[in-house]
Amino acid sequence: MTATTAAPSERGASVAAVLQRQGAAVVLVLGLVVSWFAFPHFGSPDNLRSLVLQGSFLAVIALGMTFVIISGGIDLSVGSVYALGGVLAAYGSRYGLIVAILLPLVVCGLIGLVNGLLIARTRMAPFIVTLASLLFARGLLLALTDEGATTYKVPPGSAFLWLGQGTIFGVGVPVYLALILFGLGGVLLRRTRFGQSVFAIGGSEQSALLMGLPVARTKVTLYTLSGALAGLAGVLTAAYLQSGVTVLGVGTELDAISVVVIGGTLLTGGAGTIIGTLVGVLLKTLIQNVINQVGTLDSNYQTVVSGAFLLVVVVIQRLLARSRKS
Amino acid sequence: MSVQAGADRRQHSRAGVAGWLQNYGVYLAVVVLLLFNVIFTENFLSVANFRTQLVQAAPVCIVALGMALVIGTEGIDLSVGSVMSVAAALIPLYLGAGPVTAIVVALIAGVVSGLFSGFLVAQLGIQPIIATLALLVGGRGLALVIAHGRLEQLHNADFLALGTGDVLGIPVMVLVAAVLAVLAGLLVRRTTFGRHLVAVGGNRPAATLAGLPVKRVLIGVYVISGALAAIAGVLSTARLSASDPNELGLLMELSAITAVVVGGTPLTGGRVRVLGTVFGALLMQLVHATLIKHNLPDSAAQMVQAAIIVVAVYVARERSTR
Repeated sequence: MTATTAAPSERGASVAAVLQRQGAAVVLVLGLVVSWFAFPHFGSPDNLRSLVLQGSFLAVIALGMTFVIISGGIDLSVGSVYALGGVLAAYGSRYGLIVAILLPLVVCGLIGLVNGLLIARTRMAPFIVTLASLLFARGLLLALTDEGATTYKVPPGSAFLWLGQGTIFGVGVPVYLALILFGLGGVLLRRTRFGQSVFAIGGSEQSALLMGLPVARTKVTLYTLSGALAGLAGVLTAAYLQSGVTVLGVGTELDAISVVVIGGTLLTGGAGTIIGTLVGVLLKTLIQNVINQVGTLDSNYQTVVSGAFLLVVVVIQRLLARSRKS
Repeated sequence: MSVQAGADRRQHSRAGVAGWLQNYGVYLAVVVLLLFNVIFTENFLSVANFRTQLVQAAPVCIVALGMALVIGTEGIDLSVGSVMSVAAALIPLYLGAGPVTAIVVALIAGVVSGLFSGFLVAQLGIQPIIATLALLVGGRGLALVIAHGRLEQLHNADFLALGTGDVLGIPVMVLVAAVLAVLAGLLVRRTTFGRHLVAVGGNRPAATLAGLPVKRVLIGVYVISGALAAIAGVLSTARLSASDPNELGLLMELSAITAVVVGGTPLTGGRVRVLGTVFGALLMQLVHATLIKHNLPDSAAQMVQAAIIVVAVYVARERSTR
C-alpha cells in the first residue's frame, strides 16, 4: 500500500528497496567470504556443520515469530515456552518417543492458543498478553522442576535423541527439520488464503475486517503456531543436550525478534519474508561463530555486537524507507 | 484540542464499575492484600517487615516511574535492566575516587543511554520497542565487558550506606523512591513538560500540528527513564554490597511495565498515573511476599503475577481499544 508504486526516481527507489530487502543477505555473503579467509578453521566442515546446527534451534522459533510480526503482533513468550518445551520433552522421553514429542507440542501450543484467544477476542495488546504468558510459562517450568532443582535427563539409548543428535549426510537432523519447516512456512505464507490474511491483517486490521477476512481466527492460529514452534525448538534442544535445561531461553524472544527484524520484516506488520528470517538467523549465528573464532575477544562482546548490529540494520531500514517515501 | 480529548477520556473512564476498578483497583488490591496479611500472615505487622517490603519494592518503583512517563508518550523502554547493569558495572571502577564520583559517572551513563534511545525514537522515528531492544541486548554485554564479566564485592562504607542506611528511621532507598515519586507527580501535573508529554502520547499528529516540541519531549522521557534506571542500579548495588552486572536488573523491564500497567497507565499513552505506578510496584512486591510467606514457591508467584497482569489489562481494555 505505502509508496510501493510511482516514485519520481523509480530506479533509485528500487535500489533502496532491494537493499532494504536483501541488505542482510549481502552482509551475510560478505561476512562468510571474509571469515573464510580470515580464520583458518572457519571453513572446516566441522565448523560449518556446527554453525548451521546452532542456528537451526533459533530458526524454528523465529519462523513462528515472523508470522506473528507480519500480522502486526509480537510474541514475547517464546523464550519461556522454548525452555518449557525442552523440559517437557526431557520429562516425557521416559514414556517413549511419541510422548516426548507430543507433550511439549500440545502444552506449548495451548499456551499459544490462550495467547491468541486473549489477543483476538478481548483485543488486549499482544505485547502485554505474551508478557504475561512469558511469566506463566516460566512459572510452570519452575513448578515442574521443583523450582529449577530437578533436571530431567533423556534416558540413554532413547530413539528420541536422534532428533537432536542424529545426522544425515553428516548434517544434523535439526537442520533438515528447520529447512522443511521453512519450506512449509513459505508455502503457507505465500500460497494460501491464511498467508494472505496474515499480510492483510498486518497491513491494516480495519481493512482486513471490512474485506471479511477471518481476523480473529487467523490471529488465534498464528499465536498457536508460534507457541508450538517454540515448543518444538525446545524438543530439538532437549534431544540435542540430552536433558531439559531450565535456564534455557532467557532473552531468546529478543534474539528471535532481532533476527526477524534483521531479515527485513517490518515490526509495523504487513511486510516480510520467511527467507529473510533464515538469513537473519544465519547472520546472527555467523557473528557468534566469528567471535568464538577470535579467541582473544571477550565473549561478552557477542551481545554488544549483536545489539549494535540490530541497531545498524534498523537504522538503515528506516533511512531507506524514508528516502523512498520522499 | 488534545487537552480536551484528555478530559473527555477521563470522564468516560469514570463510568461504571469497570471504570472505577480501572481507576482505583490497584489501591483496593493493595489494601485487600495488606488486610489479608495482617490477619493470616504471622509476624506481618512489624516495623522490620514493613521496612523490608518497602526496600524491596523501591528499585522497581523507581524504574517504573520512568517507564510510566515513557509509556505516557505511547513508547516503551526495554533497556532499563541493562542500564541498571551498566551503572552497577561502573561503580567499582570509580569508587576509588569517592562515592560521589562513582554515582555521578553511573548517572551520566544512564542519561547517555536515555539520550541514545530518545534520539533513535524521536529523531529517526524508530519504534521504541526496537530502539530500546538494541540497548537491552547490547547494554548488558557492555556492562559485562566493563566488569570483565565478574561480580565485585564493594567495601566503601559511605557508598554501602545508600543501600542499608536510614534517615530519620526511613531507609535511604525508600526515601529516594518517595522523593522521586513526588517529583514525577509534580512533573506530570504541574509542568509544561508534563502537559506536553500527555498531549504527545494522546495524539502525536495533533501535538505536532499544535507546534509542541514533540521531539524534545520524547528525548526527555527516555533520558529520565535512563537516569532513573541508573539510580535504581546504584541503590541496588549498594544494597547488595556488590556490583553484579550478570544478574542485576534482569527482567526489570517486565517488572516495571507490569507495575505501570497494573497501576492504571494505559499502554496506548496519553495518560500517566504516578501514584498508581507506585502502588503497582507495591502490589507486585506484596503479592510476591504473600506467596513466599505462605510457603508458596517462586513458580506459583510468577504464575499469579501473570494472572494479575492479564486481569489488570483486561479491566483497562475498554480505553486501550479506543
